[in-house]
Parts: sequence; C-alpha cells; structure tokens
Amino acid sequence: MADSPLVVEHQEGLHHQFVDRDQQRNAASLGMWLFLGTEVMFFGGMFCAYLIYRLWYYHEFAAGSRSLDIWLGTVNTAVLICSSLTVALGVRAAQMGKRRLLVLLLLLTLAFGLGFLGIKAVEWHDKFVEHHVPGASFSAEDLIEHYPQLHIDPSRTQIYFSLYFAMTGLHALHMVIGVGIFCYLTYYAWKGRYTPEYHTPVEIGGLYWHFVDLIWIYLFPLLYLIDRKPLT
Amino acid sequence: MSEPILSSKLYVGIWAVLMVLTVITATVAFVDMGRFNTVVALVIATLKALLVVLFFMHVKYASERLTKMVIVCSLFWLLILLFLSLADYRTRAASHV
Repeated sequence: MADSPLVVEHQEGLHHQFVDRDQQRNAASLGMWLFLGTEVMFFGGMFCAYLIYRLWYYHEFAAGSRSLDIWLGTVNTAVLICSSLTVALGVRAAQMGKRRLLVLLLLLTLAFGLGFLGIKAVEWHDKFVEHHVPGASFSAEDLIEHYPQLHIDPSRTQIYFSLYFAMTGLHALHMVIGVGIFCYLTYYAWKGRYTPEYHTPVEIGGLYWHFVDLIWIYLFPLLYLIDRKPLT
Repeated sequence: MSEPILSSKLYVGIWAVLMVLTVITATVAFVDMGRFNTVVALVIATLKALLVVLFFMHVKYASERLTKMVIVCSLFWLLILLFLSLADYRTRAASHV
C-alpha cells in the first residue's frame, strides 16, 4: 500500500478502485463465494425435492438406486477428485509463476472433466436402453421382477429417475461450463497472462471447479448408495 | 502477500484421504447397518466436503473473514430451506398416497 495517497504508483493489472492487489484479489474471491452461495440454493431446491420424495417413496428410491452402476459411479467420483487435485496444484503453479506446469495441470483437469462427462454419457445411455428414462417409454418391469420384496410402484419409481436425471443433468451442465472456463484459462495460461502477482482467474475458476466436485460428493451417496445391502 | 502457497505434499495427502474415503463409502454401503447406512454415507460425504473446502478451496487459510461468513450463511439458508420444508411435509396428512 502506498504511504501517501498522493503518490500512487501504477501497478500492472491493478484496477484503480482497489488499494492494492490483496484487496483486489479478496474482492474477486468474495464475489465468487457469493455466487457459489446462490449455487447452493440452486441445487438446494433439488436436494429438498429429493429429500421429501425419498422419505415418501423409500422403496422405489432404493430400487432405482440399485439399478445404477455403482462401479461407474465410484470411478467417476475418483475422476472428479483427481481433477480437483490437478486444479489445486494448478493454482499453486500459478502462484509460483510456473507457466508450463500450469498449462499441463489445466490440460489434465480438462482431460479428467471430459472423462467424467464420457462416463456419465455411458451411464445415461444404459438408462435409455433399460427404459428407465421418465416419459412415454418408461418401464419399471425389470425392477419389479428383480426386487419383488420391495413392492414398488412404477409411477413412484419414475419420480426417482426424474430426480436422478435432473440432478445429474444440472451437475453435468455445470461440468460442461467448467470445461469451457478451463479451456479459456488454458489458452491464457499458455499465452503467459498469469503471474505470481496476477492469477485471480485461475483461482476463481478453481473455486468453481471445486464447488462442482462438492456437489458430486453429495450426489454420489444420495443417488447411488441409498440401499445396497443384501435383500432378505 | 497474504496468500500462502501450500506444499504440494499437503494437496496430494488430502487427495489420498479423499480417494480412501470414496472407496470406504462405496464398500460400507453393502454392509447392513439398518438406518445407519444413510448416516455413515452422509458423514463421509460431509468429511470429504470439509477437506475440499478447507484445503483445496483455501478457506482454512483465508484472511478474509467475510468469505467465511458467506459460507456459513449459505449453509444456514440451505438448512432453512430443508428444515422448514420438511417440517411442513412431515406434519401433514399423507395426501400423496
């Protein structure tokens, strides 16, 4: 910070309304956290609907959950956690001004992100093949046959799958947006725009990516692990 | 600069813990613990979320208290949404049947 208000030296990348870089960075970070707060409420509506219907239609939710591929779900969780590590290390590389390392880590993050979306696409495809997509061709016959002891109602099962597609769909949309943001970051990191003094976009983009990972950390147990214990 | 640079060892350590917790939660789901299956799954998820927020998102090292306030407020708002909705739906006559 300048000692005298009359002597304000120009700093590269510092906007005039901020006292110094720290304040500018904190303001950007705070703005991102506020946005993430609205995102919590955005997803919160769906989590709330999920909670109410799960309490009402527990058996249908249990049967629907059993029909998901837990193996693919676990692998996808691991893929997202790996991407969060590469993002955290990427922010660190930006802090230290290691341009090549930053570009490499951003590219790795993109690879993990696209890998996640690919696995998700496979899972959705399976649901289409099994007629588990809500709509005219929906059928829960296979689940009724598999789990006769749960006495499930097909129309209630449809609610589970509606929520499954809405929640994973909204999450996947956030992943697609995240991939877009990271393409932008990779391009400018490669151009050498980010330095130890100025790398706010990497940090802010990183916060967004970690948040999307956080949502998945809850979606995984809530959708895949409702009821996996052996049926008697 | 008030922004600390954490060691890459710490990040890799957090990553390893997150991976182990993921394997644990998927494995434990097959064990019959009655009602506690859901509790265990949510406790593990919350533990993972805490690790991500505190270390990967740097909240543990944030100098700005306002950031922490925003996070606590968001969670509080979410709890209002969940608890009040649930209080309503759980105390009504079963109109959905």
